[in-house]
Amino acid sequence: MADVDRIPIIKMGEFLLVSIQVDMHDRLAMTLQDDLTASIVRHQARGVLIDISSLEIVDSFIGRMLGNIAAMSRVLDAETVVVGMRPAVAITLVELGMSLPGVRTALTVERAMDMLRAAVGPAVHMGRVDGSQPE
Amino acid sequence: MAVSRSDKLPVASDGDIVAVRQRVRSLAVELGFSLVNQTKIVTAASELARNTVVHGGGGTVEIEVLVDGARRGIRLTFRDHGPGIPDLAAALRDGFTTGGGLGLGLGGARRLCNDFDLQSTPGDGTVVRIVRWR
Repeated sequence: MADVDRIPIIKMGEFLLVSIQVDMHDRLAMTLQDDLTASIVRHQARGVLIDISSLEIVDSFIGRMLGNIAAMSRVLDAETVVVGMRPAVAITLVELGMSLPGVRTALTVERAMDMLRAAVGPAVHMGRVDGSQPE
Repeated sequence: MAVSRSDKLPVASDGDIVAVRQRVRSLAVELGFSLVNQTKIVTAASELARNTVVHGGGGTVEIEVLVDGARRGIRLTFRDHGPGIPDLAAALRDGFTTGGGLGLGLGGARRLCNDFDLQSTPGDGTVVRIVRWR
């Protein structure tokens, strides 16, 4: 497996996309957490989509990282959706004692994008949905 | 019950935790573990390897293949010479942590395995042994 020292973060409109494709060592997970938080602020992102469909396990460390990212992004006015958890990973995670409270999940990227768009709503600078201007 | 194969890996760094996960995964695949049971033993191995690094100051893991009639299993024995665990019952309780984590490592690993054995002598180190059958 390729030895990477950073997980790439892709900006798409007002969202950030992350796809974890490697078996992350703990330091790499911490780096991702820091990089994502910084990127949310730098790009004024409103949503974060984290694809974990390649992950063969989620242990308590990775689970904690996902929870931290969700909590930190919420404090920074962004929503996080975790996408594509494998069924065996979900079973194991719950038996381990983690149910990822506070982390929104979706089975597919399409649904995750829908969730993010719904959570974020129309952009503020476009005015209200009915066309009126805020007082 | 017999041990048909045995291997030993160092468990002293972040990279070693990943290496242990990968070795246990490939062994579980080779022995024909179901996907769920592969995931459980690899996740338990990851938790215990991290404990060995973070709390035990590093150590080793012995990876063995168990044969019992038609049954096949994996036994993992994590050994460290760290400070040991003064209160085993507390350490197994969910939410108990001294390392800043979630405190799910030991209790969680126990739930993911068929057999679980924890021995610790304060000042001398800790041995955790788990078995997961196919």
